[in-house]
Amino acid sequence: MSEYKVQFEVFEGPLDLLLYLIKKEEVDIYAVNLTKLATQFIEYIDLMRAFDLEVAGEFLVMASTLMYIKSRELLPVDQQVVVEAEEEGEDPRWELIRQLVEYKKFKDAAASLQTLEARQENVFPRLPVKIEFAAEAAPVKSEVGIFDLLNAVNSVLKRFQEKSAGTREIYEDKWTVSEKIEFVLQILTERGSVRFAELFEAAANRAEVICTFLALLELIRLKQLVCLQPEPFAEIEIGRPVLAELETGTGPAEAPPENPPAETAAVGSTTTPAPAEASANGEDENQDKDDELDDDELDDDELDDEDDDEDDDEDDDEDDEDDDEDEDDGDGEAEAADDKKTQ
Amino acid sequence: MELKFILESLLFSAQKPMSVKELRDVLANAATAEDAEEAAKPFKKTKDDDLTAALEELAREHEAAARSYRLACVAGAWQFVTQPEFSPWLKALVGVKARPSRLSQAALETLAIIAYRQPVTRAEVEQVRGVNVDGTMQTILERGLVEQSGRAEVVGRPALYSTTPSFLEYFGLRGLEDLPAADELRRIPVERPPAPVTADAGLATVPPEQLQLDESVKIKNEEPPAPGPTETPS
Repeated sequence: MSEYKVQFEVFEGPLDLLLYLIKKEEVDIYAVNLTKLATQFIEYIDLMRAFDLEVAGEFLVMASTLMYIKSRELLPVDQQVVVEAEEEGEDPRWELIRQLVEYKKFKDAAASLQTLEARQENVFPRLPVKIEFAAEAAPVKSEVGIFDLLNAVNSVLKRFQEKSAGTREIYEDKWTVSEKIEFVLQILTERGSVRFAELFEAAANRAEVICTFLALLELIRLKQLVCLQPEPFAEIEIGRPVLAELETGTGPAEAPPENPPAETAAVGSTTTPAPAEASANGEDENQDKDDELDDDELDDDELDDEDDDEDDDEDDDEDDEDDDEDEDDGDGEAEAADDKKTQ
Repeated sequence: MELKFILESLLFSAQKPMSVKELRDVLANAATAEDAEEAAKPFKKTKDDDLTAALEELAREHEAAARSYRLACVAGAWQFVTQPEFSPWLKALVGVKARPSRLSQAALETLAIIAYRQPVTRAEVEQVRGVNVDGTMQTILERGLVEQSGRAEVVGRPALYSTTPSFLEYFGLRGLEDLPAADELRRIPVERPPAPVTADAGLATVPPEQLQLDESVKIKNEEPPAPGPTETPS
């Protein structure tokens, strides 16, 4: 009895159950005794009811078909009523057997699909990892340190040294740092970025070079521009802080000979107090390296003085204002304004 | 350079199964590249038939060599795969394949009917299985193994269902013609009008052996065929 209950769960429907019953009888589908099959099938339905199992509608339809087939066979052929559907010679027995045979074939096909399914589970495809050819490292645009800049400007200055070896001309100081600041900013506005050497191409002498260089340092201090080096020993590029990030590296141009590998210390972000001081620091270094650079020191000092003078003038103006207005608030405002300027 | 070895090298390095068309494109690209080598140029316009023939020859050679892997064609795309018997070690290497749970018996039967009879309506599937298939159809539709492929030109215009390429991939089949025993199962149309059985239908004394059928006669004749021995189903 309990045997049926367990087996019921695997039946996919009445056809499945019929196939099971036929298989149990060990007869060919075509040779099956349908009357006997009907009896067994209905016994099974009764069993399902006895076990309070829900009998699916399909099982009841099949049961009634089987009962119909069985009942027909109880009557002699001449007394049978010809049902409308059977006018074309349709026989419920054939219909059932045809259905069983067809279902059996698909059940077998399902079994072979199941075999394929299990087999495919154990088949592993060759899936090579995509070969990653080492991409060329994107040029690291390291920011340029103060010594890089000094070395660069030294190499520019050497050009003039060679030209004027032995002789010395005295120039009128016709360049000012503020003029050069405007000059640099103008170039950057026009072109976005500029190579370091280009800034000095038009310079006529050392004083002008140094003037321009001081302007550059001042602008860096004010974070108006950044100096970047696409790769070690490459020419320094000068650009706007934001634009510089977007610029693509230019090819390596004439590199300053003594340029050390790009320093990470950024001029813009260091606490260099003032351009004059920065260049003064640089001078010490230069002096150590090369005694011939004494001239630089002189020039630089001159320029420093000039720069200082300007500052002094400003201070004087402020003092005047203070004197004139003689108000504490005004004084505070002026000082604040002064702070803004110098910062 | 022999075509089959070029294809072998391509399939060896390919990231995914390669269809004949994709392989043809690779050959064409190699031949038309700016710096194309002379060796690549003769294969610029390789015909699909030649490609398929070369692939099949390659697969036969690998099969004959009885290696642990073979060249398989699944859903029209070629790929090197391992033989199933090596799965214990491969599972240890790459882990168990992420694969949805195995299909139920009901789903497999429904799939089989659709696969052999496609395109087929739900009612036709139910007719074969003798049960309602709404639930299993839903499952295999959700798993993308079958899809609606149109509507039958009959009353109610019911949806027709066909298998998808995923079905072929899931079972590792090259194509529908690769289904086991395909000829036999396709031959019996579901909607064929059932021919009458033995002449003595209804006779209470009809012995069971008279219920035997001769399929070939039935297809040709509407007349009740003479009873006789028939092929026995497997």
